[in-house]
Amino acid sequence: MKRIAGIALVLLGVTAVLWADALSINGAGATFPFPIYSKWFDEYHKKDAKLQINYQPIGSGGGIKQVTEGTVDFGGTDGPMNDEQIKAYEEKHKSSILHFPTVLGAVVPTYNIPGVDASLKFTPAALAGIFLGKVTKWNDPLIAGPNKGVNLPAEDIVVVHRADGSGTTYCWTDYLSKVSPEWKDKVGKGTSVSWPVGLGGKGSEGVTGTVKNTPNSITYVELIYAEANKIAYGEVQNADGIFVKASLGAVSAAAAGAAKDMPDDFRVSITNAPGKTSYPISTFTWLLIPEKFSDAAKRDALKGFVKWALGDGQNYAESLSYAKLPKEVVAKELKAINKIQ
Amino acid sequence: MPSAGPRAGSRSFLSRLRDGDEIARLATLIFAASVVLLTILLVFELWQQSVLARHKFGFEFFGSSTWDPIAEHFGALAFIYGTIVTATVALLIAVPLGIGAAIFLAELAPARLSDTLEFFIDLLAAVPSVIYGLLGVFIVVPLMRRYVDPSLKSILGFVPLFQGPAYGLGFLTAGIVLAIMVIPYIISVSREVLLSVPRDQREAALALGATHWESTWKVVVPFARTGILGSVFLALARSLGETMAVAMVIGNNPKISASLFSAGYSIAAVIANELAEATSELHTQSLIELGLVLFLLTFVLNGLARILIVVTSQRGAGSVRA
Repeated sequence: MKRIAGIALVLLGVTAVLWADALSINGAGATFPFPIYSKWFDEYHKKDAKLQINYQPIGSGGGIKQVTEGTVDFGGTDGPMNDEQIKAYEEKHKSSILHFPTVLGAVVPTYNIPGVDASLKFTPAALAGIFLGKVTKWNDPLIAGPNKGVNLPAEDIVVVHRADGSGTTYCWTDYLSKVSPEWKDKVGKGTSVSWPVGLGGKGSEGVTGTVKNTPNSITYVELIYAEANKIAYGEVQNADGIFVKASLGAVSAAAAGAAKDMPDDFRVSITNAPGKTSYPISTFTWLLIPEKFSDAAKRDALKGFVKWALGDGQNYAESLSYAKLPKEVVAKELKAINKIQ
Repeated sequence: MPSAGPRAGSRSFLSRLRDGDEIARLATLIFAASVVLLTILLVFELWQQSVLARHKFGFEFFGSSTWDPIAEHFGALAFIYGTIVTATVALLIAVPLGIGAAIFLAELAPARLSDTLEFFIDLLAAVPSVIYGLLGVFIVVPLMRRYVDPSLKSILGFVPLFQGPAYGLGFLTAGIVLAIMVIPYIISVSREVLLSVPRDQREAALALGATHWESTWKVVVPFARTGILGSVFLALARSLGETMAVAMVIGNNPKISASLFSAGYSIAAVIANELAEATSELHTQSLIELGLVLFLLTFVLNGLARILIVVTSQRGAGSVRA
């Protein structure tokens, strides 16, 4: 008994010593990159045992809010902050906030049509038509056109969408807004939108569960979710007119296609990106890092971490089903890190 | 005052303090007051945090069923409708079933069976709502889509309530899942109330020549009516505020539709779904105002139900306040 107490006391002492020396950095935001972020923080902690980075996956909106409030040291988001949000941040902190793309993801259409096992090809017009509620039957010429040889039924299409606000919805509606003026006009893009038709499911598991249970339905999920759960998904026609099935390579290609016109603040949408092999419904996910830190130790630690994440950290991406950043983007970001003061 | 004991007035404050009476009184008073304080604080916070939305939309918030986070136009009507419809469906199913089961357990079943079943009912009441939601998604929804909805449609299809396409998700399914969730509350509370009805009441009825069922239905149940209604309030409050299970099966579509098959939305569900990712201030504040609306709705419905009790118990005062 005494021995146990002694050991406990020693352990307590050791923890206290380590604690005194440890640096803890807190972040919050998007759920989509959470698996790779936690892997990164874990690996980086092995390199620098004194640094502990914590990240709460509370959603992009929450990440933006908390970093603006100053309750966390950095944020994470699947959709870039808009001008209004940046202005709000600048007014509060008298300095700006920087976006750093970390990895890439994609959103894919998935469906359940009894008797159809083939991978369907979707044109932008077909996807926009279906989600606007204008294309109502599976054998509509807009869908059947590029899918010759597939026996599509004359059944009503049941649209299923995310009901909870999510970066997935942001990417999907951002894409539809780019390819369909009517969508842009009537619905627009955002983490939650006013859907013209359909049933709302809660979370990726909610929408896929509904689609599995509902014949002749269609929805959208993140590529990483479809891969992890072995859900079949369709091909989408890209800006060059080629039907592309989502893959990590096709997503990185979309980012490379957009890299030439990358703005200095990295706030760019890469949906419908040019390039023959680009998958059109792709997106960056960003870290939101304040330009000015009052705590120099935190600043240097975070800068070191971002450099590592953009370098060695990228090697962990593909095993977790995220697409790597293209080299051009990484080079540009490494320069931007110096803006953090 | 009735809160102090019969001798309270005749003794000095100090002696009462020494006995601990006064301390107990003050302590319990603080506990009781904290409930009121918490309620006031809650309303105040919701009121405070929704100032933008209240000023922008005013009373139109209650009259509009548009909910468009992009165009920043928010109205609560579809959510209020969905909340009331699902709670009504739930109570229509749960109240007869729950009270019936409670009567069986309290009056007709052997004591051992009654206690065993009560154990399981209490277990059911403790199941987290997300589990009921999963049950709804994987079992109730497919059953509704395949069997219940089509047969309702073929039998009662002439009523607008049972028309239109049925996907298994919607008001009816949400109401049924809610009913499953609140039945344990009704059974558990009602059984206790029925068991606490004095033996004399039953014996008197039997002595007057009533059958077992007559004594149960005409004497015991009316005697316990107030308590049984209390269990119904509990069930009502629970169905109005239920979030997770409803969000998983209601279809999450802010539309007002006469058909029970169609997808709808409830106040609690939309708050849970959208609050985390609401990026604009007006969106967040509108969701908070919805919280205020839910509070108000619960308040009004509870008040109405209480008035109902007063009215009905006056009519039957003789049997209740014996």
